Amino acid sequence: MVDLEKQLRAQAKKLLEDKAVDCVIGYENSDDPLMTTPCFITAPNEVDRLVLNCLCGNNLTKYLIGRKEKTAVVAKAWDVRSVAVLVKENQVKRENVIIIGVPSLRIVDQKKIIAHLNGKEVISVILKENAIEVQGDVFSEDLLIDDYLQAGCELRDDIDDSMFDIVIGEMPASKQNIDDDDLIKQLEAMSSEQRWEFFKKEFSKCIRCYACREACPLCYCKSCFVDQNFPAWFSKSTDLSDNMSFHIIRALHAAGRCTDCGACFRACPNDINLRVLNRKIAKDIKELFDSEPGLNPKEDLPLTSYKPDDPQDFIK
Amino acid sequence: MSTESEKWEPKILAFLCSWCSYAGADLAGVSRLQYPPNVRVVKVPCSGRINPVFIVKALQQGWDGVLVSGCHPGDCHYITGNYYARRRFAVLKNILEFIGIEQGRVQFSWVSAGEGEKFATVIKEVTESIRKLGPAQRLVKK
Repeated sequence: MVDLEKQLRAQAKKLLEDKAVDCVIGYENSDDPLMTTPCFITAPNEVDRLVLNCLCGNNLTKYLIGRKEKTAVVAKAWDVRSVAVLVKENQVKRENVIIIGVPSLRIVDQKKIIAHLNGKEVISVILKENAIEVQGDVFSEDLLIDDYLQAGCELRDDIDDSMFDIVIGEMPASKQNIDDDDLIKQLEAMSSEQRWEFFKKEFSKCIRCYACREACPLCYCKSCFVDQNFPAWFSKSTDLSDNMSFHIIRALHAAGRCTDCGACFRACPNDINLRVLNRKIAKDIKELFDSEPGLNPKEDLPLTSYKPDDPQDFIK
Repeated sequence: MSTESEKWEPKILAFLCSWCSYAGADLAGVSRLQYPPNVRVVKVPCSGRINPVFIVKALQQGWDGVLVSGCHPGDCHYITGNYYARRRFAVLKNILEFIGIEQGRVQFSWVSAGEGEKFATVIKEVTESIRKLGPAQRLVKK
């Protein structure tokens, strides 16, 4: 991991010295030992602030939207796919971006670690090869990275090569997804009523802080449907019906675009399983239209394209 | 209560595209075809105009069912509007059922301007199936 970080700093330094980019967007350490924070490096002598490790969760491609200057961005396997979608949607100019891909980097889920520590405060973290050592006042514990991996965050071996300008580390040899679609299968097997109860429980936790929306690289609308008040589509209250409607539409707005980067899920303060709807839609789209967004920059996005013989058994 | 539920009639909101299904409904009317009076029609320019928000909002407002109807594939006045809509509806239908809205609350059909008979049949079928489901409960804002 230290090796990756060194490579990243060297690459960033070179890009800035050559004036190939005005800014490198990466991660730096934050006040929270379990989290890194996005940083914008604009001078070659600042590159030592950059870090690259299993705590680099954020999807930085969100910051590319609207940038006019040439920018380099650190992107994990699933973040790269977000760039492909943003380029397709004309939000980002591909020629303005240099993607520093880290296709093999896996990240840990901070919430899983916090749950495991059960209230004990972490003061510092030491990164090791396959583990992280969390230290508090009176304890210190080695946690295996593999046990705390962030759900989703699929490593793909079939991302189009042209998506990476610079590759740090290895390309994954095979497709790896740490959670299978068990929950979706279980839900699909349930009755409509049981599913409703499941989602009722899940979405009644929502406090409508819209952190999921703010974190999502694809939520770039100038005026979000929940903020519109003429007409006001849905109330801003946390009434169950409004919460449900918000989450249905949020998932639909990301339909055929979401690359399961987990940004919404990480941002949620109430630990709502936000990914389940997005994953279900992605699964349906794969089955119905044989399309997955962001893997091939040349391919149209599934919901902005069509085939004359698309399935239509559900239409009378 | 029992007398009230006997009196209950489903209220169905129908989004009809103005070029085919709306004209189909018109033909059903001028042909004096009988169909249940449970639908209220919203005329939209194209099935591609129908934002999923409309449908979710209708369910939230307490409509017992929603019918979406447009031109047959290949017949769209705007050439491709219904092709895009078809993909969107497939996703919408699955996700509504996945989240626990009963199957059949939201239905889709293609009715052309010449299919007055089909329009009447569709409305009959939709009304009957939604009558069987009973009044909408789940997403309704109380």
